[in-house]
Amino acid sequence: MINVFEVNETNKMIQEENLDVRTITLGISLLDCVDSNLDVLNQNIYDKITTTAKDLVKVGEEIEQEFGIPIVNKRISITPVSLVGASACKSPDDYVSIAKTLDRAAKAVGINFIGGYSALVSKAMTKSEEYLIRSIPKALASTEFLCSSVNVGSTKTGINMDAVKLCGEIVKETARMTKENDSCGCSKLVIFCNAPDDNPFMAGAFLGVTEGDAVINVGVSGPGVVKRALEKVRGENFEVLCETIKKTAFKVTRVGQLVAGKASQKLGVPFGIVDLSLAPTPTIGDSVAEILEEIGLERVGAPGTTAALALLNDQVKKGGVMASSYVGGLSGAFIPVSEDQGMIDAVLEGALTLEKLEAMTCVCSVGLDMIAIPGKTSAATISGIIADEMAIGMINQKTTAVRIIPVIGKDVGEQAEFGGLLGYAPIMPVNEFSCEKFIGRGGRIPAPIHSFKN
Amino acid sequence: MKKGIITVVGKDCVGITAKVCTYLAENQINILDISQTIVQNYFNMMMVVDMDKTEKKFSEVAEELKEVGLSIGVDVHCQNEEIFEKMHRL
Repeated sequence: MINVFEVNETNKMIQEENLDVRTITLGISLLDCVDSNLDVLNQNIYDKITTTAKDLVKVGEEIEQEFGIPIVNKRISITPVSLVGASACKSPDDYVSIAKTLDRAAKAVGINFIGGYSALVSKAMTKSEEYLIRSIPKALASTEFLCSSVNVGSTKTGINMDAVKLCGEIVKETARMTKENDSCGCSKLVIFCNAPDDNPFMAGAFLGVTEGDAVINVGVSGPGVVKRALEKVRGENFEVLCETIKKTAFKVTRVGQLVAGKASQKLGVPFGIVDLSLAPTPTIGDSVAEILEEIGLERVGAPGTTAALALLNDQVKKGGVMASSYVGGLSGAFIPVSEDQGMIDAVLEGALTLEKLEAMTCVCSVGLDMIAIPGKTSAATISGIIADEMAIGMINQKTTAVRIIPVIGKDVGEQAEFGGLLGYAPIMPVNEFSCEKFIGRGGRIPAPIHSFKN
Repeated sequence: MKKGIITVVGKDCVGITAKVCTYLAENQINILDISQTIVQNYFNMMMVVDMDKTEKKFSEVAEELKEVGLSIGVDVHCQNEEIFEKMHRL
């Protein structure tokens, strides 16, 4: 039988070390909503979401109480809207009407975010996909709960540089349209390479076409738990360090697996995957940067940071994989700047630069995340940053992403405030040499040689 | 059997166990095991209980026990045993 020490260990993780289930994300396929009449399509979408997800928040709260574990977010991911709206939408404004419908549905069921205002254009864009991408700034400026993503590259297809160029402009335009709130519209827009179909984390969640009608995906978290565990093995060698991370990741993931199973059972929706991610929040003690410091760095960004992050990411996966029956999504350590107090401090002290962050993204999940840059940064430069990150993903056969915020009206030395889980961020300097001619070429970068495995 | 783990932590005073046990008895919840210590005037109790016979939902019992705790100034948590089983047993 379970003993008092085990009970206390678990409850201490929850109460003192910020262990939580970051999100239960209900994936809903909208493929059966398709209609060539825009009004009918909007009604179908609203009805399907509000019916399928009507119990999501209630079930989430029941599970929280039954197990005594906080479930921070209840979210919905949907089929990429560019596929659903293709036959009905004849202009970007038509897509905005779908965005508003999604926002209304999200509000009606009481969730935190809805993701999937997305287009998958890793090789080329259809006219309709281009409309969707062009509608993103207006869609994000006129909704509250909507998240958007664009997949512009993959190891199998190469990088769609036309889409990269367009996305740079779209990021800039989104920033402009939400400039009253420190351009926070950009915090809900992710540009991907190798985007996974089952990611439960926002802003990049969508339900891929390989998925079923509805599915439950769960994202666990717990950087604080790993940090505390590592405090007990200070000065020990790498074997001990890695074993400790692995064991802790195992325990954290077990909770995710349990919650996913329960949610799936209570909602009558199949269980998809658990995403093994260390996702930080601005709360002190809930930071990935603090783990890296505990491993032995004075500040994140110091030499050794990439190696420390690589081992952390790998051990989290090794520990988590055995704890869950299905693992997927992004799985690894997230390194958003604005959502992690340790990262913010490192930027403020000059320890962490954009270039070092880029190196770090080679060895961890996701990519350049929640980084505020000067509002004067040109669209072409933003496209250049996106292209670099996409190349890392394409060549290394991994997911990479860019969620970058050119804060209109602010410059290096100032701060952007996003509020809540999104936190705040010091504006980071960007290399000012131009890449305009490179971005202006048009076309696509071919798939790398190691993609030909047939 | 659906088992719950009840933990009670707080400053010691007369009647903590009585109050919690009365609630359990009223709701047909059977106590299977109790361990209890007092460290520096702090009351620390863990109970394993059988929740099969109660008609209330787990989340309801958890909420009501929390309120019982608040009325006597201690923290009471009631959690499904599975969270501990999953985390600590293979």
